[in-house]
Amino acid sequence: MKKTRLIIASAATALVLGGGILWASDHNDAPNVKGKSTDITDLYVFQGENTANLVFVGNVQGLLTPTATGTAKFDENTMIEFKIDNSGDNVEDLVIQAVYKGGKMYIYGPVKPNATGNTATVVGSASVVVPVTAYGTTAVTNTSSTGIKAFAGPRDDPFFFDLDQFHKITGGTASGFNNPGTDTFAGTNVMSVVVEVPKSMLNSTGKLNVWLQTFSK
Amino acid sequence: MKKNLSYSIIALCALTLMFSACHKDKKVTPGDPNTGQVFSTPGDQVGRPGIATVFVGAADKDNFNTTTPSTMGAAYQTKFQTQLQAYNGGAYTTNLLGLSAAAFTGVLSTDVLNVSTTGKTTYYDGTNVLTGRALTDDVIDVSLILVFGGPDASKNPALTSDHVNANDKPFSTSFPYEAAPW
Repeated sequence: MKKTRLIIASAATALVLGGGILWASDHNDAPNVKGKSTDITDLYVFQGENTANLVFVGNVQGLLTPTATGTAKFDENTMIEFKIDNSGDNVEDLVIQAVYKGGKMYIYGPVKPNATGNTATVVGSASVVVPVTAYGTTAVTNTSSTGIKAFAGPRDDPFFFDLDQFHKITGGTASGFNNPGTDTFAGTNVMSVVVEVPKSMLNSTGKLNVWLQTFSK
Repeated sequence: MKKNLSYSIIALCALTLMFSACHKDKKVTPGDPNTGQVFSTPGDQVGRPGIATVFVGAADKDNFNTTTPSTMGAAYQTKFQTQLQAYNGGAYTTNLLGLSAAAFTGVLSTDVLNVSTTGKTTYYDGTNVLTGRALTDDVIDVSLILVFGGPDASKNPALTSDHVNANDKPFSTSFPYEAAPW
């Protein structure tokens, strides 16, 4: 009885969260990826705790309730790829590829891709392999001998926004935001890949253009 | 205790590395299960936060996800400019960055995240503009200000902040930086 109620409650939450998203970050942004393992929520790129490093965060499968997070998985048929342009032409010169296999996340690169654009081939062998952190356990990380750090697993969605109020504004039932607002993404999780690499591996002259792309087989 | 154990494992790993290879770390060849595998179907694609959802019309959303960034400007700048003016009832002039509608949407329509490798990485902190994206960056307020706030961020004050200024959990200063899940 209690269990049934819980399931109904989570289903209702999922419905509320999953439906009618107009402006998230990139959560549920397009019909072809909505609700799939290729659906990206956010990309973050920032200087690491060690400022000689750059951190790449790629998040997918957004709006996971705690219940849903317990069974959420990465997909062996999905590649999560950071694309890095270091020459200013918005064409990738380097890629960092994340491929899930047998409970571990394999990280390839940073390395020159075999081809640019809308297809991806795993280049070489993994730079670092990290077991995917299970829900409710301490974050498992691994570092290669070359200084590349990796993490993969569920995390709190770092994105914050009063999306519900924004819906009211665009729907014409409110004329502005509330103060304070309410974070619609509070209490929800994502599946996250975090890779930290020495800047020296990125052949940068000071500026990079980075984007995140997912692929399936 | 647990920490000691992991230190021992790391030490053992390092020691093993000297003789052969640390299997857990690197050198997974031969036996890398993914080498050479082809992922031929593009799925989602993101540079800056919220761009596809704010500026790309429903009919174009899948197309935008598979348009390579080097060709995005030509395909989408005009459409973005139309959308920007629609949000502002046709009254957009410039924004806090001094960008005209054409210039602003010219930047936004090439959906890549600009990142500095020589200094502070932030979406916008009042001084640095588009030098990365930190976890703590209030990218929504930045976007709202640039879209609705006019030349000095004072226009449409009810629309230039959602007044959610931070995440629901604190971030860590150490790898992997993001907070544990709920």
